[in-house]
Amino acid sequence: MSVAVEPGVRPQWTRLGNPVAAVYGALVLLLVLGSVLVAMRGGVLLDQGGILNILTRSTALGLVAIGQTMVILTGKLDLSVAYLIGLCSLIGAETMAGDPGMILPAVLLTLACAAGVGLLNGLVVAKLKVNAFIATLGTALIIRGYLENGYTGPSGQVPRVFQHLGYDRIGPVPVSALLMLALAGLAWWFLARTRPGYHLYAVGGDEEVARFSGIRTDRVVITAHVLCSVAAGLAGLFLASRLGSGAPWVGTDAGYDLESIAAVVLGGTLLAGGRGGVAGTIGGVLILATLDTTFDELGVTPFFKDVVRGVVLIVAVALYARRRMRR
Amino acid sequence: MTTTDPASRPSRLPRLADGTAPVLAVLAVLLVALAFAGPAYSEPAGYLALLKRAAPLMILAIGQYFVIVSGGFDLSVGSLVTAEVVIAARLIDGDEAATLWVIPFVLGFGALVGLVNGLITTRLLVPSFIVTLGMLLVLDGAVFLWTGGSPRGALSEAFRTIGREGFDVPLLGQVPWSVLLLAALVAAAVLFMRGGTGRMLVAIGDNETAVRLGGGHVERLRTLAFVLSGLSAAVAAILLGGFAGVSAQVGDGLEFRVITAVVLGGVVLGGGRGSVVAAMAGALTLEALFSLLNLLGISGGLESAVQGVIIIAAVAYAASGRSVFRTRKGTS
Repeated sequence: MSVAVEPGVRPQWTRLGNPVAAVYGALVLLLVLGSVLVAMRGGVLLDQGGILNILTRSTALGLVAIGQTMVILTGKLDLSVAYLIGLCSLIGAETMAGDPGMILPAVLLTLACAAGVGLLNGLVVAKLKVNAFIATLGTALIIRGYLENGYTGPSGQVPRVFQHLGYDRIGPVPVSALLMLALAGLAWWFLARTRPGYHLYAVGGDEEVARFSGIRTDRVVITAHVLCSVAAGLAGLFLASRLGSGAPWVGTDAGYDLESIAAVVLGGTLLAGGRGGVAGTIGGVLILATLDTTFDELGVTPFFKDVVRGVVLIVAVALYARRRMRR
Repeated sequence: MTTTDPASRPSRLPRLADGTAPVLAVLAVLLVALAFAGPAYSEPAGYLALLKRAAPLMILAIGQYFVIVSGGFDLSVGSLVTAEVVIAARLIDGDEAATLWVIPFVLGFGALVGLVNGLITTRLLVPSFIVTLGMLLVLDGAVFLWTGGSPRGALSEAFRTIGREGFDVPLLGQVPWSVLLLAALVAAAVLFMRGGTGRMLVAIGDNETAVRLGGGHVERLRTLAFVLSGLSAAVAAILLGGFAGVSAQVGDGLEFRVITAVVLGGVVLGGGRGSVVAAMAGALTLEALFSLLNLLGISGGLESAVQGVIIIAAVAYAASGRSVFRTRKGTS
């Protein structure tokens, strides 16, 4: 398929001073700067523990952000992921109930539920023409209601075998991080090399034009929402395997809804849709994780982290906007 | 757009902007239902208490309306409310004499945060969703960095009067100060939206390019909308601080609640549609709904689930009546 596509049809952002290079440049700079700062206090940032820390932090956010990228590329966004992660961790852990034999059914059930929520989001956005902000906020509130009603704390139990997913590692690299990166690779392939992936960009660029060009825009939007929710479901399963049980507020406590949007936008994807990609998103996730880890090593209070994160987000997007204007 | 239709402009009759009628109908139903559900609502005092509870959200809705109708978002209001309350408590620290300068300071701080939001959005061309999300993080972090983790100090009695106390009126009983303040702000907002600046704000949300080509100061007006939103958060903080006292959670989730309220009022995300009265009616509807659910013994989990279903239904209903070609994105 990719052979038949002319260069002009490629996602436009690749020609517009690729922000991905800038993101990874910033990441390297940050790693160097962080290493120097930590070294000045007599520590080492990128030792085994540091790398492990950065990658573990990146895994859950990375999974959510990969899905969020799909939705944002179509010009929508998904605010329901944080509650969905909590819900999925519960579904997974309660279905497994400590029984290794139930792992596969539990995973399938969790992902099916996640896909159902995504389908609901997509249908409401595409068919009822509800603004994605409101539609997913509504879904988030509904899931929150269910969680508040039924749970007060952690529930369910994950079998020991399943916990290996969260804790096993090869050298300093966690297996789960590798799986996350593999998923990112798959998403990259989907977006850059397949027809439905191109349609995502087309819909995000201009939904009307895409429709007039013969793209079934409704289907594209629904697909994006389903993929996003499934990614959130995977994040929920990963967190369940880390925690050993399901926790209703595991997604919201970490603020994965706004955090994932921040990571995507930090990675150079336009919030209005149509430009960007998964490679940048992973860079954005790694930048956020590196910032966190560096501050932890430096012993900075967590409140300062929020301030820096906010400033970094605004500055990064302002720089992207300038870059686009100059062209 | 109705506002650009010359025939409808000078009408004296208070016309309802589109999307206003449904929310008013729902509000009326809820108010009547309240009278049946709870004995407290058999006299005006019950409704005044409802208004008093709803006043902060309604005032926030006015500010958020300005931003949304001109095509933006303001996600920073929740953390701004928290920040204002915490700052006021720290500065006053129980000292009655400090109230006089702290209130202007709080208002000024709100306006300043709005100004920064507006300038970054309009001059650096960062989408307002991102700007105000960043501002949310900065405010959250900065305030607790400054106070060292937990809010300290206390508000003075004078500061708390506006949110807590009232004055006696024959027939009505005690009218809270916050309701009086709310009425004044409502009148001001309606007058503002009927004037040239207000109409221009709606026009920017509808078609920014047209306003720019027509010689309108798009950047300046957009920034003004953010400043007004910041100010509304400051006023809401003064009321909430008086009403609920000092806590680090006072503004939690307010940003989403107020956007829900505005959208419930039929204001379209992306700008250009909806009236400020409807936005406030949306806020009051939301509060009335919560009160009703409370009276019916439904609380906690179901409350947010009901809220979720309602906003989706309300927006789906509004969208079904809108022509198909108005589906532009509004994320600037």
